[in-house]
Amino acid sequence: MQTTKLGISRRTFIKTGGALAALAAVGGSVPLGSLFRHDIPQIYAETPETFVWNHCAVNCPGRCALKLYVKDDEIVRVDTYSMDTDDMDEIQPRACLRGRSYRGWVNHPDRINYPMKRAAGSKRGEGKYERITWDEAIEIIATNYRQVIEHYGPEAVYMNYCTGNYGVTARPWFRLLNSIGGGFLSFYGNYSLAQLMWITPYIFGSKVTAGSTLDAADDAELVLVFGSSPVETRQGGAVSHHDYVRLREKTKGKVYVIDPRFNDSLLGHSDEWIPINPGTDAALVSAIAYELIMNEWVDEEFLHTYCVGYDEETLPNSAKGQNLSYKDYILGSGYDKQAKTPAWAAPITGIATSRIKSLAQEIGTTKPVFVIQGWGPQRRSNGEMTGWSICMIPILTGNIGLPGTSNGLREGSYAIALTGLPDGTNNVKASISVFSMVDAIDRGSQMTEEADGVVGVKQLPYDIKFVVNWAGNCITNQNSDINWVHDVMSDESKCQFVLGSDILMTDSLKYSDVILPDLFRLEQPSLIGTGGDGAYMLAGSSPTSVKFERKSAYDAATLIARALGKEQEFTEGKTQEEWLKSCYEQSRVKDPLLPTYDEAMEMGVYTRKNPKGPTIIMESFRKDPITNPLATPSGKIEIYSEKLATHISNHRFADDDPVAPIPIYAPEWYGVETTTKEYPLQCSGFHYRGRLHSCWGSLDIMQELNPQEAWINPTDAQERSIKQGDTIRVKNQFGEIELPAKVTPRVIVGTVVMPQGAWHDANMNGDRVDKGGNINTLTTHRPSPFAKGNPQHTNICQAMKA
Amino acid sequence: MAQHAFFFDGTRCSGCKTCVYACKDKKNLKAGSTYRHVYEYTGGQTRKDEQGICVSSCFSYSLSMACNHCESSICVQVCPTGAMHKEEKYGVVLVDESRCVGCGYCHMACPYNAPHIDAISGHSVKCDACIDLLNKGEKPVCVLSCPARALKFGEAGALQTLGQRAAIAPLPDPKYTQPNLFIKPSRDTRPYGSQDGVIANPQEVK
Repeated sequence: MQTTKLGISRRTFIKTGGALAALAAVGGSVPLGSLFRHDIPQIYAETPETFVWNHCAVNCPGRCALKLYVKDDEIVRVDTYSMDTDDMDEIQPRACLRGRSYRGWVNHPDRINYPMKRAAGSKRGEGKYERITWDEAIEIIATNYRQVIEHYGPEAVYMNYCTGNYGVTARPWFRLLNSIGGGFLSFYGNYSLAQLMWITPYIFGSKVTAGSTLDAADDAELVLVFGSSPVETRQGGAVSHHDYVRLREKTKGKVYVIDPRFNDSLLGHSDEWIPINPGTDAALVSAIAYELIMNEWVDEEFLHTYCVGYDEETLPNSAKGQNLSYKDYILGSGYDKQAKTPAWAAPITGIATSRIKSLAQEIGTTKPVFVIQGWGPQRRSNGEMTGWSICMIPILTGNIGLPGTSNGLREGSYAIALTGLPDGTNNVKASISVFSMVDAIDRGSQMTEEADGVVGVKQLPYDIKFVVNWAGNCITNQNSDINWVHDVMSDESKCQFVLGSDILMTDSLKYSDVILPDLFRLEQPSLIGTGGDGAYMLAGSSPTSVKFERKSAYDAATLIARALGKEQEFTEGKTQEEWLKSCYEQSRVKDPLLPTYDEAMEMGVYTRKNPKGPTIIMESFRKDPITNPLATPSGKIEIYSEKLATHISNHRFADDDPVAPIPIYAPEWYGVETTTKEYPLQCSGFHYRGRLHSCWGSLDIMQELNPQEAWINPTDAQERSIKQGDTIRVKNQFGEIELPAKVTPRVIVGTVVMPQGAWHDANMNGDRVDKGGNINTLTTHRPSPFAKGNPQHTNICQAMKA
Repeated sequence: MAQHAFFFDGTRCSGCKTCVYACKDKKNLKAGSTYRHVYEYTGGQTRKDEQGICVSSCFSYSLSMACNHCESSICVQVCPTGAMHKEEKYGVVLVDESRCVGCGYCHMACPYNAPHIDAISGHSVKCDACIDLLNKGEKPVCVLSCPARALKFGEAGALQTLGQRAAIAPLPDPKYTQPNLFIKPSRDTRPYGSQDGVIANPQEVK
C-alpha cells in the first residue's frame, strides 16, 4: 500500500476523485459550497490500523495463524500467533516464512481479477485469455456441462486433485457436482502418500492411518526416522517443525535420520545422518531383519500373539507349507532364495555391512525404539513395499503400542476435528486413482479394474470429458511427465471442457477453457482445525473488501448451480457464512469444549493440549488384542496378507512390478540399481522451505532466497566439470530441465536431488527445455503397482553443464 | 542504558528463514533487500568406495543473524556524517536517514554483513531491532516468528549466560567489535577462524 506522509492513500484519493466527478456530472448550477472542500481534515486524518485473524490454508497441516494488520482496505503487515516464551510445550501456531510472505502473493501481478475464456484461435496451454463477464462465463460452463451429461453422463465429469485451499467451507465443488447432475467420477488416494495409504489397511487395518505423536518419543531410547525431514515438510510453529525440534531436546534416545540427503532436520546434528541410496530402504530393513532374527533379537512372543505371517506357524492355512513367511524371505528359504544378509544389502543401500550390523544391534538391544517414516520413501515405484518394510522394524521388535514407540508410519497428530460442508451423495460408483486423471482423459474407456486400478466398475464407460480444476496446479506442474500431459491436455478432441479457477495464473490453469477468479481463503470468513503434538483451531474473517470481480468458490459454484436450475439443492438457502456457522454448531455437538462461533472469531486461535498426554498409536490393541482387534481380516498385524495375495491373483501386473503378499525389497524401475549408461544418476525430489508444492513458487522474494537448485555430490560434479552455481541441464527419457547446481556433500554420491514444486517454464512448441527446473519434466507417468500412485522420486538422469 | 542483544540457539535452528521473511514483511523489503540473513556453513565429504559404500564426514549448520548492535560498533566509528549512531535506551545501532549520504563506509566496514545501501532511497539501511515494537514493550518481529523458537532478544547481561559471544565459524573473532549476539552452538558448530567448511549458500546471503 502506497501511503503518503499526509496519510492519503491512492485508494482514498481515487474515492474522493470519484465523488467530485459525480458532483460535476449533476450539471447546471453548482452550489458554491461543493466546489470548495470543507472535509479536508477527514481526508488528512490518519486511518487507524486494525487487525483481523485468519489462517493459512494450503496443503500443509500447519494452517498457521495469520494476524493481518489492515489499513485503508489493504493488508499492511502479516503477523502470527506467538507468545513471548520459548517454552517448547506451549502450543503456538507460528506461521513459517511462507505465511509471512502472503502480502506478496495476495497482491501478485498475476492474480486473476476477472472471468476469462481462452482466446479465439489459441490452444490449451498457450495461456492466452480474454476477459468476459460472469454471466458469459457461467453460460459457457453450463452449456458444456449439459452437453457432457447428455452425451456421456456424470461418469465423464471429474473434479481434479487440487490442494491449494482448505477450510470448513472451502471446497464446494464435490457438492456442486452432486447437486447439479448426479455426481462425478471420483478418485481415491492422493499425491502425498498414495502408496502408503493403499498398503496400510493391509498391515494394520483401515482404522490405523498414522503413527504416534512425536512427543511420544520422549520416552524412547532410540529414534529412527526414515526418509523424513519434519522441519521442512510441516513448517509451522505447532506442527512437525516445532514438534521435531522439541523431540530432539526431550527424548532420552539417540536419533538417526536415514536419508539420501542431509536434510534440514539434520542441520547441526550430522552425527544423526545415515546416508542411504534412494529407494533402497526396504533392503536396509531386510538386512536389519536378518540380523534381528539370527541374533534372536526379534520379539517372538509379540510376533506370535499380535501378528500373522512372520513364520510358518502364524501363516494362514492358504499359505502354509510353501515357504511364504516373512522369515523364509529374509533367511533365503522362500521367494527369491536370497538370504538378506548385511553383505547383500550393503552395495544396494550404500551402507557398510558393519554399520548395518551395528545399527541392527542397537535396534535389537534397545527398548523402546520409536520408528517413523516420511512420505518420500513410499513415493516410488516400490513404495507400497518400502512403506510396509519400514513398519517391520517396530513389528519385529515388538515396539508397538507401548510408551516411547510408534508403528513405523508417519507421525500422528492430536487435532481439532471440524465438520465440513457436506458433499452430498455421488451416484457414480466408479472411481480411479488420483494419479490417473490424464490417463482417463486419454483412454478412460479402455481402463479396467484388473489392469488400471479402476474401482467400483470393471471398466470405465467413458473418457473424462469435463474437468473442474480449482485451487490446484496438478494438471501439469505437480503432475508427472509434464510433456506427455501437455500433449493429451492440449488435444481438444479428448477432453471437451476444462473449468479452471484459481487466485493467480499457473501452468495448470493455462489448460482451462474458462477461468474464474477465486479468493484466497484468508479473504473469506473461515475456520479450520488441525494439530501436531497439541491441537488447535483457527478462525478468521475477511481483512478487506473483495477486489475486482473475484468471487469465493462457494459463490461461483452457486452461480453455476443457479444456471442449471439447482441452486436450492446446492445452497439449501444458505450463504457460505451461514454454512460455516451451521457446520461449526455440528462440530460443537461432537466436541462441546469448543468455544462458541463468536468467541472463536474473536479469539482467532484456540489451542488445546491433549489431556491424555502423548498419543501412543495402537495402545489399546497392545493392551488387549482380543477385545480391541485391528480392522484387518485376522484382527492382527499382517506381515503376510492373504487379502493381498488374493488381490495380486485378481489383477494384472508387469513383470518388473514389485508385488508380493509380504514386504519385500525390489529395485525401482528407475533407481540406483537400474541406472543406464545414458542416464547414470538417480534423481529424487524433496519438499522445499520456500514453497508448499508449487504455492508461492512465483514470488520474486521467495525465489530470491530459496533458489531452485539441483544438489549434486562433489564426486559427480567433478566428473562433469560442474562447479557450485553453474547452470546445468538435467535430462532423461522424459525431458530436460535447466537450473543452477548446488555442489554439496549433503547428498549421497550417484543421486541428484532437487526441490519439487518449481514453476514449469518451457516453450512447449519449441525445444521444451524447462528453464524453471521442474522435476516433473523428468518424472514418469507409469503408476505404482498397487496404489496406481505417483512414483515421483523414481527417476534416472544425466547431468551436464548447460 | 541497558545494552540489549540477540540470542541464537544453534541446536534448534533449521535454516528455514521465517525470521528473514517476518523482517522483510515488517520492513516492507522487496527482493534484493534483506536485513537478516541465514547462513549455511557446510564442510566434510560424502564419498563412496569402489564397492559403492558411502562414507561421510559431512557436517552442516545454519546461523541466523542480522545486526549485532556491537559494543564497539565499527559502522558508527567509520560513519563520516554521524548518521550511524547507537541509541541510548537499548544500545541499538540506528541510521539517521536525514544525515546519511549513502557513502557505504558502514557496509564496507561491518564484519557481519549488516548495513547496506538501499538503491532507491540512497541511504544506509539495516536492522533496528524493531525499536518501534521495543518501545511498545514487544519483541523484534524475527524473534517471535521462529517456529523452532531459536531466537531471543533481551538485556545482554541476561543472554550472555545462555551462550557464547558470537565466536563461531564463519564469523570473525568477536574481540574486534564485541557483537551483541550470544550463541548456543549445535554439535556440528566450528569455532571462529575454522577453515573446515564454507558458506554453502552464498547466493542466499548476498
